[in-house]
Amino acid sequence: MPRPPSPSIPEKDFLYGALKQALRLDGRAPLEMRTPSLDFGPELGWVECALGKTRVLAQVDAKMVKPPPERPLEGIISIHSEISPMASSEYEPGRPSDEEVAITRMLDKVLRRSDVVDKESLCVLAGQRVWHLRLTLHCLADAGNMLDCACLAGVVALKHFRRPEVEVVGDEVTVHRPSERAPVPLSMHHTPFCFTFAYFPDPATPPVLDPSHLEQQLSAGLVSVALNAQRELCVVQKAGGVPLAADELLRVVDVAVGKAKELDKIVEARLKEDWLGRHVEVR
Amino acid sequence: MVVEILNDGGYRSDGRRQYELRDITIELSQQGTADGSATLNHGLTQVLVSVFGPREAKMRSQTMHDRANINVEVNVLPFSTGERRKRSRADRRILELASTIKATFEPVVQTALYPRSQIDIYVQVLQQDGGLLQACINATTLALAAAGIPLLDFVCAVSGGVHAAAPLLDLTTLEENDLPHATVAVMPRTRRVTLVTLETRLHVDRFAEIFQLACDAGQVIHKEMKRALRERTTALVDALGSGLGRPTGNDMVDRDMIMEET
Repeated sequence: MPRPPSPSIPEKDFLYGALKQALRLDGRAPLEMRTPSLDFGPELGWVECALGKTRVLAQVDAKMVKPPPERPLEGIISIHSEISPMASSEYEPGRPSDEEVAITRMLDKVLRRSDVVDKESLCVLAGQRVWHLRLTLHCLADAGNMLDCACLAGVVALKHFRRPEVEVVGDEVTVHRPSERAPVPLSMHHTPFCFTFAYFPDPATPPVLDPSHLEQQLSAGLVSVALNAQRELCVVQKAGGVPLAADELLRVVDVAVGKAKELDKIVEARLKEDWLGRHVEVR
Repeated sequence: MVVEILNDGGYRSDGRRQYELRDITIELSQQGTADGSATLNHGLTQVLVSVFGPREAKMRSQTMHDRANINVEVNVLPFSTGERRKRSRADRRILELASTIKATFEPVVQTALYPRSQIDIYVQVLQQDGGLLQACINATTLALAAAGIPLLDFVCAVSGGVHAAAPLLDLTTLEENDLPHATVAVMPRTRRVTLVTLETRLHVDRFAEIFQLACDAGQVIHKEMKRALRERTTALVDALGSGLGRPTGNDMVDRDMIMEET
């Protein structure tokens, strides 16, 4: 699969020159994020998140399985994300590229290792039946910063999803259909959001939040910070790239803290809006 | 049996104090045909890194016209942990470790000096007791320096964690399993940070504390690494018989001295 050509020298010079004057090509301020737009599907747990032209689709579904013997009291969460060439011709099917590994591992850290969903609440019958949640992420289009978009889509999908109500009488488990009993939301510990900052080779250039495709290609380093609105950091990832002074990194973390609060409000408002528009009938 | 992470007397489970680093052992003797190699111990964590290069690239498709390509391969040996487990080469965690090391050293190695070549870094994890990324990065710096590959600066890494508002440095496996922890790598001359990884939930203020601490601890590790490299180089130079301070009254010695002064 032919790789898209690397940016031309005029593009590079123009971008660097503009960034030095704190101007971005799409008119945003350096620390301004693209407004996320969340579209919910007809089923619960289906959400398409778009950051500008970057689109990621997330879907959650649940089924009951027998838990592994070493963890009989916890549910299972598995995240499946494969970046197909549909997102961009840079990605090849089959062998995961460096970037893909980075995105998948980051998603795993943000959504699974930081304990977003309370796994013990997914246990139905200890040692026999637990819920297995499967979060599937499809990257539809890559216009820069697919990582943030994917994390947002995943978290919102988990918040949007409702699992069927289960009744346990002794050893008997009855799963009620959504039409009989209202489905139950997942019990979540916290809501992490991921923010990516791009740094450029010239130290005089300020970092930019939520880089576009061109900015990402021409960046000299990326810093990803995942945190929730309660000022708790979940993941900080800076691997190589431009070396930063210690206080510069802490400043970036502070910016992310502010953005997390804003984003939390937007997500809550959107989820409420969608929920009001749905009819959950109980016969 | 519950092991205390930090007891009332200020001692950790392995007898260290709060900010005390584990014993560092560095061995720079040659391994096979490698251009440079280093075995580094942080307490019980042992990592062996062999560096080959710059040499002709095996795969022409990966060469770049203006710089050298850095290739990192990590191999975690099955006997490195308490339980014997064979890890596949394509294990995501290992791939991520390798790409983190590669990303960390790409801006540090002066790759522009060797276009169209390849520098191979092979990391073997011999024993794991916490601080794996830290050990891999420190060992890689030493191996690259031992291979004579020009670097902009050392890269010194340290792991740190927080236990009940008390920051701890250089964590063992026991501590890593229980505490939120981060690994920070600094370039000591400029005191700038090249790598930060945090994978567990930690409050922003606590993070700022251990971050500052880890930056300072990087300086300590830098001293150890410099000392080991200097010892090794002095030993090599003596063995070659071309060092200064040898009263031979030879022409060769005078010429060397002239070069030193310029």
